[in-house]
Amino acid sequence: MSFRPQHELHRRRFGRNLGVGLVLVSFVVLVFALTVVKVTRGEPMKGYGAGDGFSMAPAAADAAAAPKAPGVQP
Amino acid sequence: MTDIGAFDETSAGGPAEASFGDYVQLLKPRVMSLVVFTALVGLLVAPVSMHPVEVFASVLFIALGAGASGALNMWWDADIDAVMKRTMGRPVPAGKVQPGEALAIGLALSGISVVMLGLAANLAAAALLAFTIFFYAVVYSIWLKRATPQNIVIGGAAGAFPPMVGWVCATGSVSIEAALMFAVIFMWTPPHFWALALFMKEDYHKAGVPMLTVTHGRKATRTHILVYTVLLAPVAIWAALTSIGGPLTLAVTLALNGWFLIGAWRIRARDETVAEADKYAVEKAFFRFSLLYLFLQFTAYLVEAGLKPYGLGGW
Repeated sequence: MSFRPQHELHRRRFGRNLGVGLVLVSFVVLVFALTVVKVTRGEPMKGYGAGDGFSMAPAAADAAAAPKAPGVQP
Repeated sequence: MTDIGAFDETSAGGPAEASFGDYVQLLKPRVMSLVVFTALVGLLVAPVSMHPVEVFASVLFIALGAGASGALNMWWDADIDAVMKRTMGRPVPAGKVQPGEALAIGLALSGISVVMLGLAANLAAAALLAFTIFFYAVVYSIWLKRATPQNIVIGGAAGAFPPMVGWVCATGSVSIEAALMFAVIFMWTPPHFWALALFMKEDYHKAGVPMLTVTHGRKATRTHILVYTVLLAPVAIWAALTSIGGPLTLAVTLALNGWFLIGAWRIRARDETVAEADKYAVEKAFFRFSLLYLFLQFTAYLVEAGLKPYGLGGW
């Protein structure tokens, strides 16, 4: 039991803080859900300039064709 | 200590501290509900499907953008809102929210909504939303509302963009269907607002807003309502004949436009003496039906799209 009756101003302020808090939590949940959807869609991740033929993924053919360093030859 | 000061301030009749609901009112929730509905229809009738989370986020940020432009409008129009009976209870003229707060909230939410729509959907949709906010807040509210009696006609474009933004969220581009959904709301807006102006006549006159009823007279306004209602019909029928329409949409469109035209004709046929005698009953009925018109028209597009997977909807 409180010593003083709660002023109307405090009630309004609490309601406002609660509202802003709920909005922020909802925003975080929404951004998280959007991130999960975007990441799990299955589109391959590519680096900048992927449309021009450049890819972050190492090309197997390029790796095989690359000259071997002299120090590691048998 | 701060609380004591706050008690003193309120008891002395100073500015009241706003509640959360006051800030929600700043975003014009009734306008937002229309924006949510038309944007959702624009998004769902598009030929490209989106993930439900993306749909939810896109519509939410479009609505937030509409709310932001509403807050900017309330900041700019606080002086005329204070003298109009319909708007004097809004948070800024009522003294619950300070004009600077409304401006800050409007600008912040504009930025958040545009950036987040760009991330949730695509950059084209974000750019179109940014243009919509600019159009409503700057072109309509600041430039045209107090300058020309055609304010409603041009300002109506801002309210017509949401289904187009919804469509662009799904497809990434504008097509004839999106343009026609825009045109339906654009042509619908003037009869809707001018009918309101006919029976809320004191408000706009007192505020000095150059509404058509004030600048060109009430008879000219009645004629304009009929002209725009006549122009709306072919646009709505054309939309019903595209890929978003079908037999059901065409039937609904013909019935709605026929009824709307009868209402507009009845308004045109009356004069002020007759209207005042029955307290603007025909004008009020026309205004109420205009809300139903838009709701049913866009519901028809949605139902048509919902029937397509079962081989029933569409042409």
